[in-house]
Amino acid sequence: MNITLRVWRQKGRDDQGRLVNYKLTDVSPDMSFLEMLDVLNEKLTLENEEPVAFDHDCREGICGACGVVIDGEAHGPEVTTTCQLHMRSFKDGDTITVEPWRAKAFPVIKDLVVDRGAFDRIIQAGGYISAPTGTAPDAHANPIPKPDADRAFDAATCIGCGACVAACPNASGMLFTAAKVTHLGMLPQGQPERASRVVNMISQHDEEDFGGCTNIGECAAVCPKGIPLDTISQLNRDLLGSLAKGVG
Amino acid sequence: MANSTLTKKRSTAYGSTVALKSAMAVTGAILVLYLIAHMYGNLKVFSGQEAFDGYAHGLRELGYPLLPEQGFLWIARIVLLASILIHIYAVAVLWRRAARARNDRYQVKKRVQRTYASYTMRYGGVLIAFFVVFHILHLTVNAIAPGGKSDSPFERLVNGFQPEFWYVTLFYVAAVIAVGFHLRHGIWSAMATLGANKASRQGKINAVAVAVSLVVTIGFLLPPLAVTFGLVSK
Repeated sequence: MNITLRVWRQKGRDDQGRLVNYKLTDVSPDMSFLEMLDVLNEKLTLENEEPVAFDHDCREGICGACGVVIDGEAHGPEVTTTCQLHMRSFKDGDTITVEPWRAKAFPVIKDLVVDRGAFDRIIQAGGYISAPTGTAPDAHANPIPKPDADRAFDAATCIGCGACVAACPNASGMLFTAAKVTHLGMLPQGQPERASRVVNMISQHDEEDFGGCTNIGECAAVCPKGIPLDTISQLNRDLLGSLAKGVG
Repeated sequence: MANSTLTKKRSTAYGSTVALKSAMAVTGAILVLYLIAHMYGNLKVFSGQEAFDGYAHGLRELGYPLLPEQGFLWIARIVLLASILIHIYAVAVLWRRAARARNDRYQVKKRVQRTYASYTMRYGGVLIAFFVVFHILHLTVNAIAPGGKSDSPFERLVNGFQPEFWYVTLFYVAAVIAVGFHLRHGIWSAMATLGANKASRQGKINAVAVAVSLVVTIGFLLPPLAVTFGLVSK
Protein backbone atom coordinates (compact mmCIF):
# COMPACT_ATOMS: atom_id res chain seq x y z
CA MET A 1 0.00 0.00 0.00
CA ASN A 2 1.04 3.56 -0.63
CA ILE A 3 -0.31 6.12 1.77
CA THR A 4 0.09 9.78 2.57
CA LEU A 5 0.25 10.72 6.23
CA ARG A 6 -0.61 14.15 7.57
CA VAL A 7 0.96 14.10 11.01
CA TRP A 8 0.68 16.76 13.70
CA ARG A 9 4.19 18.01 14.50
CA GLN A 10 4.70 20.16 17.56
CA LYS A 11 8.13 20.73 19.10
CA GLY A 12 6.87 21.31 22.64
CA ARG A 13 4.11 22.72 24.80
CA ASP A 14 4.60 26.26 23.61
CA ASP A 15 5.08 25.49 19.93
CA GLN A 16 2.08 26.20 17.75
CA GLY A 17 2.22 22.94 15.83
CA ARG A 18 1.24 22.09 12.27
CA LEU A 19 0.31 19.17 10.03
CA VAL A 20 3.23 17.81 7.98
CA ASN A 21 2.79 15.48 4.99
CA TYR A 22 4.80 12.28 4.63
CA LYS A 23 4.52 9.72 1.86
CA LEU A 24 5.03 6.05 2.72
CA THR A 25 5.39 3.33 0.10
CA ASP A 26 5.11 -0.45 0.43
CA VAL A 27 3.11 -0.41 3.63
CA SER A 28 1.92 -3.93 4.46
CA PRO A 29 -1.82 -4.21 5.23
CA ASP A 30 -0.84 -6.56 8.09
CA MET A 31 1.11 -3.85 9.90
CA SER A 32 -0.47 -2.32 12.95
CA PHE A 33 -0.88 1.44 12.81
CA LEU A 34 1.99 1.84 15.28
CA GLU A 35 4.27 -0.38 13.19
CA MET A 36 3.49 1.86 10.25
CA LEU A 37 4.54 4.85 12.37
CA ASP A 38 7.72 2.91 13.32
CA VAL A 39 8.48 2.53 9.60
CA LEU A 40 7.92 6.25 9.14
CA ASN A 41 10.28 7.01 12.02
CA GLU A 42 13.00 4.72 10.66
CA LYS A 43 12.73 6.57 7.38
CA LEU A 44 12.85 9.96 9.10
CA THR A 45 15.85 8.90 11.19
CA LEU A 46 17.77 7.77 8.09
CA GLU A 47 16.96 11.11 6.49
CA ASN A 48 18.34 12.89 9.58
CA GLU A 49 14.93 14.26 10.47
CA GLU A 50 13.32 14.29 13.89
CA PRO A 51 11.15 11.14 14.32
CA VAL A 52 7.47 11.56 15.23
CA ALA A 53 6.95 11.26 18.98
CA PHE A 54 4.02 9.01 19.93
CA ASP A 55 3.05 7.18 23.11
CA HIS A 56 2.92 3.38 23.16
CA ASP A 57 3.68 0.60 25.58
CA CYS A 58 2.07 -2.84 25.61
CA ARG A 59 1.00 -2.95 21.96
CA GLU A 60 -1.63 -5.51 22.86
CA GLY A 61 -4.57 -3.22 23.62
CA ILE A 62 -4.48 -3.25 27.40
CA CYS A 63 -2.36 -0.31 28.57
CA GLY A 64 -4.11 2.67 26.99
CA ALA A 65 -0.93 4.55 26.10
CA CYS A 66 -1.23 4.75 22.31
CA GLY A 67 -4.13 7.15 21.88
CA VAL A 68 -4.13 9.35 18.79
CA VAL A 69 -6.93 10.79 16.67
CA ILE A 70 -6.90 9.26 13.18
CA ASP A 71 -9.01 10.92 10.47
CA GLY A 72 -11.09 12.66 13.13
CA GLU A 73 -11.85 9.58 15.20
CA ALA A 74 -10.19 8.59 18.46
CA HIS A 75 -8.07 5.47 17.79
CA GLY A 76 -9.18 5.55 14.14
CA PRO A 77 -11.98 3.84 12.22
CA GLU A 78 -12.18 0.65 14.32
CA VAL A 79 -13.38 0.58 17.93
CA THR A 80 -10.06 -0.51 19.40
CA THR A 81 -6.76 0.93 20.53
CA THR A 82 -4.36 2.34 17.94
CA CYS A 83 -1.93 -0.58 18.43
CA GLN A 84 -4.72 -3.02 17.52
CA LEU A 85 -5.71 -1.04 14.44
CA HIS A 86 -4.23 -2.49 11.27
CA MET A 87 -3.43 -0.91 7.95
CA ARG A 88 -5.96 -3.21 6.26
CA SER A 89 -8.59 -0.83 7.66
CA PHE A 90 -7.31 1.73 5.12
CA LYS A 91 -7.16 1.73 1.34
CA ASP A 92 -4.20 2.05 -0.98
CA GLY A 93 -3.67 5.72 -1.78
CA ASP A 94 -5.44 6.99 1.35
CA THR A 95 -4.45 10.22 3.01
CA ILE A 96 -4.54 9.69 6.77
CA THR A 97 -4.55 12.57 9.25
CA VAL A 98 -3.02 11.84 12.66
CA GLU A 99 -3.50 14.28 15.52
CA PRO A 100 -3.01 14.19 19.30
CA TRP A 101 -5.92 14.15 21.77
CA ARG A 102 -7.07 17.74 21.98
CA ALA A 103 -8.17 18.98 25.38
CA LYS A 104 -6.98 21.71 27.70
CA ALA A 105 -6.70 19.04 30.40
CA PHE A 106 -4.36 16.99 28.14
CA PRO A 107 -1.63 19.44 27.05
CA VAL A 108 0.53 18.29 24.13
CA ILE A 109 4.07 17.47 25.25
CA LYS A 110 5.44 16.75 21.79
CA ASP A 111 3.92 15.79 18.43
CA LEU A 112 1.29 13.15 19.26
CA VAL A 113 2.17 12.76 22.95
CA VAL A 114 -0.12 14.37 25.53
CA ASP A 115 0.10 14.58 29.31
CA ARG A 116 -2.78 12.58 30.79
CA GLY A 117 -1.80 13.35 34.39
CA ALA A 118 -5.24 14.90 34.89
CA PHE A 119 -6.68 11.36 34.90
CA ASP A 120 -4.21 10.31 37.61
CA ARG A 121 -5.28 13.25 39.76
CA ILE A 122 -8.97 12.32 39.36
CA ILE A 123 -8.10 8.82 40.61
CA GLN A 124 -6.08 10.28 43.48
CA ALA A 125 -9.11 12.32 44.49
CA GLY A 126 -11.11 9.21 45.32
CA GLY A 127 -10.84 6.40 42.78
CA TYR A 128 -9.73 3.84 45.36
CA ILE A 129 -10.81 2.34 48.67
CA SER A 130 -8.87 3.09 51.84
CA ALA A 131 -10.17 0.17 53.96
CA PRO A 132 -7.53 -2.50 54.54
CA THR A 133 -9.17 -5.60 53.04
CA GLY A 134 -6.46 -8.15 53.74
CA THR A 135 -5.82 -11.01 51.39
CA ALA A 136 -8.39 -12.08 48.81
CA PRO A 137 -11.41 -13.56 50.63
CA ASP A 138 -13.00 -16.89 49.76
CA ALA A 139 -15.06 -16.42 46.63
CA HIS A 140 -18.31 -17.31 48.40
CA ALA A 141 -17.66 -15.42 51.65
CA ASN A 142 -19.28 -12.23 50.42
CA PRO A 143 -21.97 -13.00 47.85
CA ILE A 144 -22.37 -10.35 45.15
CA PRO A 145 -25.18 -10.60 42.60
CA LYS A 146 -23.81 -11.66 39.23
CA PRO A 147 -25.20 -8.61 37.34
CA ASP A 148 -23.49 -6.29 39.88
CA ALA A 149 -20.19 -8.15 39.62
CA ASP A 150 -20.41 -8.03 35.81
CA ARG A 151 -21.17 -4.33 35.78
CA ALA A 152 -18.30 -3.59 38.20
CA PHE A 153 -15.98 -5.63 36.03
CA ASP A 154 -17.11 -3.99 32.79
CA ALA A 155 -16.46 -0.56 34.33
CA ALA A 156 -13.12 -1.72 35.75
CA THR A 157 -11.85 -2.60 32.26
CA CYS A 158 -11.29 1.12 31.59
CA ILE A 159 -7.65 1.55 30.61
CA GLY A 160 -7.61 5.34 30.99
CA CYS A 161 -6.60 5.92 27.37
CA GLY A 162 -8.51 9.20 27.13
CA ALA A 163 -10.42 8.42 23.92
CA CYS A 164 -13.64 9.53 25.66
CA VAL A 165 -12.17 13.00 26.24
CA ALA A 166 -10.75 13.14 22.72
CA ALA A 167 -14.09 12.25 21.12
CA CYS A 168 -16.30 14.39 23.38
CA PRO A 169 -17.48 17.66 21.77
CA ASN A 170 -17.01 19.26 25.21
CA ALA A 171 -13.72 17.50 26.02
CA SER A 172 -15.41 16.06 29.08
CA GLY A 173 -13.80 13.36 31.20
CA MET A 174 -17.10 12.06 32.51
CA LEU A 175 -16.99 8.54 31.01
CA PHE A 176 -13.59 7.91 32.61
CA THR A 177 -14.70 9.31 35.96
CA ALA A 178 -18.01 7.43 35.75
CA ALA A 179 -16.22 4.15 35.01
CA LYS A 180 -14.28 4.44 38.26
CA VAL A 181 -17.32 5.55 40.28
CA THR A 182 -19.39 2.66 38.88
CA HIS A 183 -16.66 0.07 39.33
CA LEU A 184 -16.27 0.80 43.05
CA GLY A 185 -19.92 1.70 43.62
CA MET A 186 -21.17 -1.74 42.56
CA LEU A 187 -19.06 -3.61 45.14
CA PRO A 188 -19.32 -3.81 48.95
CA GLN A 189 -15.76 -2.52 49.48
CA GLY A 190 -16.69 0.69 47.70
CA GLN A 191 -19.73 1.55 49.84
CA PRO A 192 -18.22 3.35 52.90
CA GLU A 193 -16.63 6.07 50.73
CA ARG A 194 -19.24 6.05 47.99
CA ALA A 195 -20.79 9.46 48.78
CA SER A 196 -17.53 11.35 49.26
CA ARG A 197 -15.80 9.56 46.37
CA VAL A 198 -18.13 10.88 43.68
CA VAL A 199 -18.04 14.41 45.13
CA ASN A 200 -14.24 14.49 45.29
CA MET A 201 -13.74 12.93 41.87
CA ILE A 202 -16.17 15.29 40.14
CA SER A 203 -14.62 18.29 41.88
CA GLN A 204 -11.20 17.21 40.64
CA HIS A 205 -12.59 16.49 37.16
CA ASP A 206 -13.95 20.05 37.00
CA GLU A 207 -10.75 21.54 38.42
CA GLU A 208 -8.75 19.89 35.66
CA ASP A 209 -10.63 21.96 33.06
CA PHE A 210 -12.55 19.12 31.48
CA GLY A 211 -15.87 20.16 29.95
CA GLY A 212 -19.31 19.14 31.18
CA CYS A 213 -21.24 16.15 29.85
CA THR A 214 -24.07 16.79 27.38
CA ASN A 215 -25.03 13.11 26.99
CA ILE A 216 -24.15 13.00 23.30
CA GLY A 217 -22.52 9.59 23.62
CA GLU A 218 -19.49 9.93 21.32
CA CYS A 219 -17.32 8.81 24.28
CA ALA A 220 -18.92 5.39 24.68
CA ALA A 221 -19.08 4.95 20.90
CA VAL A 222 -15.29 5.19 20.56
CA CYS A 223 -14.30 3.54 23.86
CA PRO A 224 -11.97 0.62 23.05
CA LYS A 225 -13.15 -1.15 26.20
CA GLY A 226 -16.87 -0.56 25.63
CA ILE A 227 -17.51 1.33 28.89
CA PRO A 228 -21.29 1.85 28.76
CA LEU A 229 -22.73 5.37 28.55
CA ASP A 230 -25.14 4.66 31.41
CA THR A 231 -22.23 4.68 33.88
CA ILE A 232 -22.43 8.48 33.56
CA SER A 233 -26.05 8.36 34.64
CA GLN A 234 -25.02 6.23 37.62
CA LEU A 235 -22.39 8.83 38.54
CA ASN A 236 -25.01 11.59 38.29
CA ARG A 237 -27.37 9.62 40.51
CA ASP A 238 -24.62 9.08 43.08
CA LEU A 239 -23.64 12.75 43.01
CA LEU A 240 -27.19 14.02 43.41
CA GLY A 241 -27.66 11.52 46.25
CA SER A 242 -24.50 12.81 47.94
CA LEU A 243 -25.66 16.42 47.62
CA ALA A 244 -29.07 15.48 49.04
CA LYS A 245 -27.26 13.94 52.02
CA GLY A 246 -25.23 17.12 52.46
CA VAL A 247 -21.92 15.59 51.36
CA GLY A 248 -20.51 18.26 49.10
CA MET B 1 1.18 18.56 34.61
CA ALA B 2 4.06 16.20 35.17
CA ASN B 3 3.89 16.19 38.96
CA SER B 4 1.07 14.08 40.31
CA THR B 5 0.24 15.76 43.61
CA LEU B 6 -3.10 17.39 44.26
CA THR B 7 -2.03 20.98 44.29
CA LYS B 8 -5.15 22.60 42.91
CA LYS B 9 -7.87 23.73 45.25
CA ARG B 10 -11.05 21.74 44.84
CA SER B 11 -14.32 23.37 43.99
CA THR B 12 -17.46 22.22 45.77
CA ALA B 13 -19.83 19.75 44.19
CA TYR B 14 -22.75 22.19 44.47
CA GLY B 15 -21.17 24.25 41.69
CA SER B 16 -20.00 21.24 39.69
CA THR B 17 -20.81 20.57 36.05
CA VAL B 18 -23.19 17.82 37.17
CA ALA B 19 -25.08 20.15 39.51
CA LEU B 20 -25.37 22.75 36.74
CA LYS B 21 -26.60 20.13 34.30
CA SER B 22 -29.16 18.96 36.85
CA ALA B 23 -30.43 22.52 37.22
CA MET B 24 -30.79 22.66 33.43
CA ALA B 25 -32.62 19.34 33.42
CA VAL B 26 -35.13 20.33 36.11
CA THR B 27 -35.83 23.79 34.68
CA GLY B 28 -36.03 22.25 31.20
CA ALA B 29 -38.63 19.77 32.46
CA ILE B 30 -40.73 22.64 33.88
CA LEU B 31 -40.54 24.41 30.52
CA VAL B 32 -41.52 21.27 28.59
CA LEU B 33 -44.59 20.77 30.80
CA TYR B 34 -45.49 24.40 30.22
CA LEU B 35 -45.08 23.98 26.46
CA ILE B 36 -47.49 21.05 26.44
CA ALA B 37 -50.12 23.08 28.34
CA HIS B 38 -49.50 26.06 26.02
CA MET B 39 -49.92 23.83 22.98
CA TYR B 40 -53.22 22.52 24.32
CA GLY B 41 -54.47 26.10 24.67
CA ASN B 42 -53.32 26.98 21.15
CA LEU B 43 -55.23 24.09 19.63
CA LYS B 44 -58.45 25.65 21.02
CA VAL B 45 -58.20 27.93 18.01
CA PHE B 46 -59.85 25.16 15.98
CA SER B 47 -62.92 25.39 18.24
CA GLY B 48 -63.51 28.99 17.21
CA GLN B 49 -63.01 32.48 18.58
CA GLU B 50 -65.31 32.04 21.58
CA ALA B 51 -63.57 28.90 22.84
CA PHE B 52 -60.10 30.36 22.29
CA ASP B 53 -60.78 33.72 23.92
CA GLY B 54 -62.76 32.03 26.69
CA TYR B 55 -59.82 29.77 27.44
CA ALA B 56 -57.42 32.73 27.53
CA HIS B 57 -59.76 34.62 29.82
CA GLY B 58 -60.24 31.53 31.98
CA LEU B 59 -56.49 31.43 32.65
CA ARG B 60 -56.76 34.87 34.26
CA GLU B 61 -59.48 33.66 36.57
CA LEU B 62 -57.94 30.26 37.30
CA GLY B 63 -57.89 29.64 41.04
CA TYR B 64 -60.09 32.69 41.72
CA PRO B 65 -61.32 33.49 44.39
CA LEU B 66 -58.73 31.37 46.22
CA LEU B 67 -56.05 33.35 44.40
CA PRO B 68 -56.38 37.00 43.43
CA GLU B 69 -57.41 37.67 39.85
CA GLN B 70 -54.55 36.78 37.50
CA GLY B 71 -52.87 35.21 40.55
CA PHE B 72 -52.31 31.87 38.86
CA LEU B 73 -51.00 33.61 35.76
CA TRP B 74 -48.42 35.56 37.74
CA ILE B 75 -47.28 32.51 39.70
CA ALA B 76 -46.79 30.69 36.40
CA ARG B 77 -44.94 33.66 34.91
CA ILE B 78 -42.56 33.91 37.87
CA VAL B 79 -41.83 30.17 37.85
CA LEU B 80 -41.25 30.25 34.09
CA LEU B 81 -39.04 33.31 34.20
CA ALA B 82 -36.96 31.81 37.02
CA SER B 83 -36.67 28.53 35.08
CA ILE B 84 -35.56 30.33 31.94
CA LEU B 85 -32.97 32.42 33.80
CA ILE B 86 -31.52 29.39 35.61
CA HIS B 87 -31.51 27.41 32.34
CA ILE B 88 -29.66 30.20 30.52
CA TYR B 89 -27.22 30.82 33.39
CA ALA B 90 -26.29 27.11 33.50
CA VAL B 91 -25.79 26.87 29.75
CA ALA B 92 -23.69 30.04 29.73
CA VAL B 93 -21.32 28.61 32.33
CA LEU B 94 -21.16 25.17 30.68
CA TRP B 95 -20.78 26.54 27.15
CA ARG B 96 -17.83 28.68 28.23
CA ARG B 97 -16.33 25.75 30.07
CA ALA B 98 -16.69 23.47 27.03
CA ALA B 99 -15.10 26.06 24.74
CA ARG B 100 -12.17 26.37 27.14
CA ALA B 101 -11.84 22.59 27.56
CA ARG B 102 -11.38 22.14 23.79
CA ASN B 103 -9.21 25.21 23.25
CA ASP B 104 -7.39 23.69 20.26
CA ARG B 105 -9.74 22.34 17.65
CA TYR B 106 -9.20 19.24 15.55
CA GLN B 107 -8.08 19.69 11.96
CA VAL B 108 -10.32 16.75 11.02
CA LYS B 109 -13.32 15.71 13.13
CA LYS B 110 -15.73 12.94 12.29
CA ARG B 111 -19.19 12.36 13.73
CA VAL B 112 -19.45 8.83 15.13
CA GLN B 113 -23.07 8.40 16.23
CA ARG B 114 -24.33 11.72 17.59
CA THR B 115 -27.79 12.90 16.54
CA TYR B 116 -28.34 15.97 14.39
CA ALA B 117 -30.42 17.35 17.27
CA SER B 118 -27.38 17.34 19.56
CA TYR B 119 -25.65 19.82 17.22
CA THR B 120 -28.55 22.26 17.43
CA MET B 121 -28.80 22.55 21.22
CA ARG B 122 -26.81 25.70 21.88
CA TYR B 123 -27.44 27.81 18.77
CA GLY B 124 -31.01 26.52 18.56
CA GLY B 125 -31.45 27.61 22.17
CA VAL B 126 -30.24 31.13 21.32
CA LEU B 127 -32.75 31.29 18.45
CA ILE B 128 -35.53 30.13 20.79
CA ALA B 129 -34.58 32.79 23.37
CA PHE B 130 -34.84 35.57 20.76
CA PHE B 131 -38.12 34.12 19.55
CA VAL B 132 -39.62 34.05 23.06
CA VAL B 133 -38.94 37.79 23.43
CA PHE B 134 -40.52 38.52 20.06
CA HIS B 135 -43.41 36.16 20.77
CA ILE B 136 -44.30 37.91 24.05
CA LEU B 137 -44.09 41.34 22.39
CA HIS B 138 -46.28 40.06 19.57
CA LEU B 139 -49.05 37.96 21.06
CA THR B 140 -48.94 38.63 24.81
CA VAL B 141 -48.46 42.39 25.20
CA ASN B 142 -49.28 43.10 21.53
CA ALA B 143 -46.63 45.82 21.28
CA ILE B 144 -45.70 44.39 17.90
CA ALA B 145 -48.99 43.93 16.08
CA PRO B 146 -48.74 42.92 12.42
CA GLY B 147 -52.22 43.22 10.97
CA GLY B 148 -53.53 45.41 13.80
CA LYS B 149 -53.90 45.40 17.59
CA SER B 150 -56.80 43.68 19.27
CA ASP B 151 -58.07 42.86 22.77
CA SER B 152 -59.07 39.43 21.55
CA PRO B 153 -56.23 36.88 21.64
CA PHE B 154 -57.92 35.08 18.75
CA GLU B 155 -57.85 38.20 16.57
CA ARG B 156 -54.20 38.89 17.43
CA LEU B 157 -53.37 35.40 16.24
CA VAL B 158 -55.40 35.65 13.05
CA ASN B 159 -54.10 39.16 12.26
CA GLY B 160 -50.47 38.22 12.86
CA PHE B 161 -50.23 35.15 10.66
CA GLN B 162 -51.97 36.43 7.53
CA PRO B 163 -50.14 35.46 4.29
CA GLU B 164 -48.78 39.01 3.83
CA PHE B 165 -46.87 38.62 7.12
CA TRP B 166 -45.14 35.48 5.84
CA TYR B 167 -41.90 36.53 7.57
CA VAL B 168 -43.65 36.42 10.96
CA THR B 169 -44.90 32.93 10.17
CA LEU B 170 -41.48 31.90 8.90
CA PHE B 171 -39.76 33.04 12.12
CA TYR B 172 -42.42 31.22 14.12
CA VAL B 173 -41.99 28.00 12.12
CA ALA B 174 -38.19 28.14 12.38
CA ALA B 175 -38.38 28.68 16.15
CA VAL B 176 -40.85 25.82 16.64
CA ILE B 177 -38.65 23.46 14.62
CA ALA B 178 -35.69 24.57 16.76
CA VAL B 179 -37.79 23.76 19.84
CA GLY B 180 -38.49 20.32 18.38
CA PHE B 181 -34.80 19.54 17.93
CA HIS B 182 -34.04 21.08 21.32
CA LEU B 183 -36.53 18.73 23.00
CA ARG B 184 -35.36 15.71 21.02
CA HIS B 185 -31.90 15.90 22.58
CA GLY B 186 -32.96 17.83 25.69
CA ILE B 187 -35.44 15.28 27.03
CA TRP B 188 -32.98 12.44 26.52
CA SER B 189 -30.15 14.46 28.07
CA ALA B 190 -32.24 15.61 31.05
CA MET B 191 -33.23 12.02 31.85
CA ALA B 192 -29.59 10.91 31.65
CA THR B 193 -28.43 13.84 33.77
CA LEU B 194 -30.97 13.06 36.46
CA GLY B 195 -29.73 9.49 36.59
CA ALA B 196 -32.52 7.69 34.72
CA ASN B 197 -30.40 6.33 31.88
CA LYS B 198 -29.82 2.58 32.01
CA ALA B 199 -28.75 0.52 29.02
CA SER B 200 -32.07 -1.33 29.11
CA ARG B 201 -34.04 1.94 29.15
CA GLN B 202 -32.20 3.91 26.45
CA GLY B 203 -34.59 2.87 23.70
CA LYS B 204 -37.63 3.95 25.70
CA ILE B 205 -36.15 7.30 26.75
CA ASN B 206 -35.22 8.09 23.17
CA ALA B 207 -38.67 7.04 21.93
CA VAL B 208 -40.34 9.34 24.47
CA ALA B 209 -38.00 12.20 23.47
CA VAL B 210 -38.82 11.76 19.77
CA ALA B 211 -42.57 11.41 20.45
CA VAL B 212 -42.81 14.49 22.68
CA SER B 213 -40.79 16.62 20.29
CA LEU B 214 -42.91 15.55 17.31
CA VAL B 215 -46.19 16.21 19.16
CA VAL B 216 -44.99 19.62 20.40
CA THR B 217 -43.61 20.64 16.99
CA ILE B 218 -46.76 19.65 15.07
CA GLY B 219 -49.07 20.98 17.78
CA PHE B 220 -47.46 24.42 17.66
CA LEU B 221 -47.20 24.54 13.87
CA LEU B 222 -50.88 23.80 13.21
CA PRO B 223 -52.55 27.05 14.46
CA PRO B 224 -50.39 29.65 12.67
CA LEU B 225 -50.23 27.60 9.47
CA ALA B 226 -54.01 27.13 9.58
CA VAL B 227 -54.34 30.93 9.70
CA THR B 228 -51.83 31.48 6.89
CA PHE B 229 -53.61 28.98 4.66
CA GLY B 230 -57.04 30.39 5.50
CA LEU B 231 -58.42 27.42 7.46
CA VAL B 232 -58.96 29.66 10.49
CA SER B 233 -60.29 33.17 10.01
CA LYS B 234 -62.28 35.84 11.81
